[in-house]
Amino acid sequence: MILAPLADRSSRANHTDSWRILKPEIKYDKCIRCMICWKFCPDNAFTVVSGEELESPNPRVAALEAPVIDYDYCKGCGICANECPEKCIEMGIETKMVI
Amino acid sequence: MQAMQKKYNAIMTGNEAVAVGAKLARVGFISAYPITPQTTIVEKLAEMVSNREIQARYVEVESEHSALAATFASELAGVRSYTATSSHGLLYMHEMLHWTAGMRLPVVMSVVNRALGPPWNIWTEQTDTMNQKETGWMQVYCESNQEALDTILMGYRIAESNDVMLPIMSMEDAFVLSHTSEPVNIPEQDEVDAFLPSLDLKYRIDNNRPMGYGSYSTPDGPFMELKVDMMESMKNSRQTINRVTSEFRDAFGRDYSGMIEKYAMDDADYALIASGTLASTGKYVVKKMRESGKKVGLIRLRFFRPFPDREIVDATRGLKGVGVLDRSVSFSASGSVVSEVKSALYGNSSIPVTGFVAGLGGRDVRVEDFYKMFDYIEKGKTGKYYIGWKEAQ
Repeated sequence: MILAPLADRSSRANHTDSWRILKPEIKYDKCIRCMICWKFCPDNAFTVVSGEELESPNPRVAALEAPVIDYDYCKGCGICANECPEKCIEMGIETKMVI
Repeated sequence: MQAMQKKYNAIMTGNEAVAVGAKLARVGFISAYPITPQTTIVEKLAEMVSNREIQARYVEVESEHSALAATFASELAGVRSYTATSSHGLLYMHEMLHWTAGMRLPVVMSVVNRALGPPWNIWTEQTDTMNQKETGWMQVYCESNQEALDTILMGYRIAESNDVMLPIMSMEDAFVLSHTSEPVNIPEQDEVDAFLPSLDLKYRIDNNRPMGYGSYSTPDGPFMELKVDMMESMKNSRQTINRVTSEFRDAFGRDYSGMIEKYAMDDADYALIASGTLASTGKYVVKKMRESGKKVGLIRLRFFRPFPDREIVDATRGLKGVGVLDRSVSFSASGSVVSEVKSALYGNSSIPVTGFVAGLGGRDVRVEDFYKMFDYIEKGKTGKYYIGWKEAQ
């Protein structure tokens, strides 16, 4: 028999978190849930959670669905931080980085 | 038990012959882009599809890259697929050649060997396919229209073998075979069906069994293992080739057994290695030289990939000299085929090897050119010689 380049599991198994040097972090108290970060992420590294799981000073915002970064796949490109109209995504240094 | 040699029942060009071969192989999908001198292959197949002589989907595309991409996709869906091209069209397929072989898809493709520009030239030479020798495709060089038809049938059997699963390109010389009529035996469909069962691609795309196809591998992932497996499968495919060509001989009475053909080699002192239709002229000269007492022979390379290294070592054992005829442009140390022959012989033999380059851009290689080549071989010359080349005045 031969080896063919097939995978019986999805590419979810391929974590790309180790590629990250800068780590984005969403400040939910300033986030207006516009989902522009989710829309622009080139790697689909955002998940969406239902309202009320994350806090916001504005109860009407808190009731909306919210973006959450999936750090297993985020490569730290910073596009989300660049596109955020509220400037509430901060790019910090990846503390897990091993040199 | 060898079947009786079948009588000729048709007169057709090489291009018609391979189209009939694809029809008899019951291909279910054809996609191609026209290029001289291949065009009449897919024209014939398009006509057959239109007349409902074959149950196949024919897809027109805008380029050769797309032609092989479409063929790749249908083969991956488990449908026996076919395409054909030539020259610059083959070069345009180059990326998809790697994908088809790397995905382990047993596609069979006809290639009409034609020169590469510049300058534009539509006549025959092998530079187009020699450029594809590291793509993972098996390569067969045919000598007659009958062989071109039969190689399509044997090709699918070999390529689809569970321990091979590599695509095959089968070559015809431009115009000398592609557009020249010869008597041919067209086998009966039921004979072909008995020889070539329908394709059962184990890993075909199936909605009920989702899989990742050729997706991604890190350096530590299976990338290297997959490539090593391709190289080993190519090397080991000679067992399948020997088995299938022998079965074909037994079923149809035409002998292509093995990877090389030996002509008058039994007691030969000197031999020439050639492929394609130049081997026919070579055989004629060998016959003439034998009549005047010269112990010469000819080895015709049918397969170039996998390279028949052990077969060459065995066939040249006891010779006093061997020459290799390259009909392609190469910037390697010696030549496309010469390099491989020398590599096979190194450490196994110390006979002198003479390299010849001839017939570029369709230039005639004449009977007297072969006499000259045998003269060089007998003299033990070990350089690289351009035959039929007009030195600048």
